[in-house]
Amino acid sequence: MSGIDRRKFLTIAGLSAAAAIGRKTLGQTPSSSASDWARLPEENPLTAHRWAMVVDLKKCREEGDCTKCIEACHLAHNVPRFDNPKDEIKWIWKEEYESAFPMQEHHFVQKDLNRQHVLVFCNHCDNPPCVRVCPTKSTWRRDDGIVMMDMHRCIGCRYCVAACPYGSRSFNWRDPRPFIEKATADFPTRSRGVVEKCNFCAERLSRGQLPACVEACEAGALTFGDLEDPDSPVRELLSRNFTIRRKPNLGTQPEVYYIV
Amino acid sequence: MIEKALVGDKKYWGWIAFLLLVIFVGFLFYLRQLNQGLTVTGLSRDVTWGFYIAQFTFLVGVAASAVMVVLPYYLHNYKAFGKLTILGEFIAVSSVIMCMLFVFVDMGQPFRGLNIILHPTPNSLMFWDLFVLSGYLILNVLISRVTLDSERKGIAPPKWIKPFIIISIPWAISIHTVTAFLYSGLAARSFWMTAVLAPRFLASAFSSGPALLILLVFVIRKLTRFDPGREPVQKLALIVTYAMCLNLFLILMEFFTVLYSSVPEHVHHFQYLFLGLDGKTTLVPWMWTSMALAIASIILLVNPKTRRHETFLGVACVTVFVSIWIDKGLGMVVTGFVPSPLGAVTEYWPTLTEVFISLGIYGIGALLVTIFYKMTLSIRGDIPQVRETLTGTEVQPTAK
Amino acid sequence: MHDTGKILLGVIIFLVLVTVPVWYNAASDRADVVPDPKIITTADQCVMPTDYMREAHMDLLDDWRDKVVREGIRVHTSHDGKKYNMSLTNTCMDCHSNKADFCDECHDYSAVGQPYCWDCHLETKEGIQ
Repeated sequence: MSGIDRRKFLTIAGLSAAAAIGRKTLGQTPSSSASDWARLPEENPLTAHRWAMVVDLKKCREEGDCTKCIEACHLAHNVPRFDNPKDEIKWIWKEEYESAFPMQEHHFVQKDLNRQHVLVFCNHCDNPPCVRVCPTKSTWRRDDGIVMMDMHRCIGCRYCVAACPYGSRSFNWRDPRPFIEKATADFPTRSRGVVEKCNFCAERLSRGQLPACVEACEAGALTFGDLEDPDSPVRELLSRNFTIRRKPNLGTQPEVYYIV
Repeated sequence: MIEKALVGDKKYWGWIAFLLLVIFVGFLFYLRQLNQGLTVTGLSRDVTWGFYIAQFTFLVGVAASAVMVVLPYYLHNYKAFGKLTILGEFIAVSSVIMCMLFVFVDMGQPFRGLNIILHPTPNSLMFWDLFVLSGYLILNVLISRVTLDSERKGIAPPKWIKPFIIISIPWAISIHTVTAFLYSGLAARSFWMTAVLAPRFLASAFSSGPALLILLVFVIRKLTRFDPGREPVQKLALIVTYAMCLNLFLILMEFFTVLYSSVPEHVHHFQYLFLGLDGKTTLVPWMWTSMALAIASIILLVNPKTRRHETFLGVACVTVFVSIWIDKGLGMVVTGFVPSPLGAVTEYWPTLTEVFISLGIYGIGALLVTIFYKMTLSIRGDIPQVRETLTGTEVQPTAK
Repeated sequence: MHDTGKILLGVIIFLVLVTVPVWYNAASDRADVVPDPKIITTADQCVMPTDYMREAHMDLLDDWRDKVVREGIRVHTSHDGKKYNMSLTNTCMDCHSNKADFCDECHDYSAVGQPYCWDCHLETKEGIQ
């Protein structure tokens, strides 16, 4: 039989299919008409050159078992609550002193400090390893210092979770919706299969509000501000107090400072 | 050429049917995982990579090991490997496909996988891993197809394939180096962040891969008329020996650096593996078994009397393969997460769903190797063309 | 060629199977169904002209998605100068609160089904339904 044989046919069919798929994925052009419309920033957003947080552990200790900041954050962001620790998702929580500061612990740490739990959350590092490893740029560092998550693009590979030296990131092992006690429409929920973490309340900042945890803290233990503004509250606290950061030797440049 | 894989005797079809069953069961369990999410695995907030990624890591090594037959034959004209190169390349093809499948089933949103190509991120090792693995797959498919086709026609392969073959040699090294870089660049994981990780990966790959090839040669020697002779098998055995010795040496290097410097952050991982940490000892028996098997295999391989005796050689190859599988496929990935960055010891063990999905993927790999080898050996005339008919078994004369 | 009869039979069976959507829907009454999305809202216009929205609302949503999350731009100014918050739940679903009578009408008909937006974005301001 002249002309095409079975092998040639299969080869051409395979290459055509690959070309069609390739064209479809590579040939998508972004819509232009919608982006021609003017865009303006919000009326009174909070902006900064470099956002940072100072956590006053002394003030926090005085509140004992208080978890107002944790509840506020998890409520504001529809963070689910699971019964089992395996699926756990948390954006902000309390750790023991030796877990939060493994380089600073010893057997004779001041009793108050050792007993209490340290508030931990994403450090929004200046040199974030999670951003470095993400294969799709689903997490990136904004110009104002916030390390953001794009849940739409995340493929759930969990490389960022492996790269974070602070254990700040959680993965949605299952559909979180049945486990959200009280949902708010101010923020989406997540689907399963994506990573999430503290986002320094970027959505609240755009509305002119401070992060939920900062607002909820009645002891004033959480201070949020612009590190590059010499008059900001965070700079004021840093100039008057001895502060430490978590795992500074790794070069991540975390932007959460602790007054111990 | 594929039509050669569509004829066979009862044993052949029985094997194919068994593999298809294993694959089908794996697929059903994968549907369960798609439905419920990765919560059906044993993974947790602390241990986020487990059995799937460990199998991926192990199989990248097996895929890279094809270079151990290709390099001597094409770069140094070592003619004895002539009959084995394509068998090695087919192992590479199957292994890379299994690797990609293991990554696919591990992803939280696998159907967004194309995002890695749509939004290329050169600073991410995962991007490069996809790039080198795809390239390696395409290279090996092309090379094996062209060389097998030439062999079928009884002519020498075309000259233009030579540069591709030469490129596949450093490319094979690169796939496992890039996979090691995935781990060894993470400051957060002190168990992985060691310069010796990439050399260890390569050494273990170049012992487990050729060991597998030797075992497959033994198997098909029993099942078909194929016999490459003693020399290639003995040469491969020598390669396995040196590579395994290097692998053990590098492991001992790690032991020394960690234990002598006694930095707790590093010691704790090894403590977890070999003694248990905070009372958690799941991996301890496995790691000691792996070490014992490694030493046993080296004793059998270094001694020429046992290396030259094919029963002992077979046993040695099995112990090499199992030892390295335990080391890479169970120990290495999980231990990066134990203890967690916050010092917690959370254990991990694969669930039934994970095991069946993994077996399904291994089944796909075995099916591919079966089809490829059946094709190759039928073309070479080492397998008579057998067809089952209603009146009995018909043996067709082997055409070359 | 050999087996002409079998091949032709196979081709005919294939053509019948591949055109099932056409003749099955024509034979049953499913083809007569025309989606009728109902807009029950107090607002008199959308964020973009209706013709544009009908054709390309998904492009708009994709654009909003990237603008809000990736660029931090959250305000949309429509063709008549009004400003809107770029939010699926709080802007779009505020007016088109009857998802079942509006969005689902066309989406179910065209078997585009449930776009995965709803996996995360709440359908109404009241919370999870």
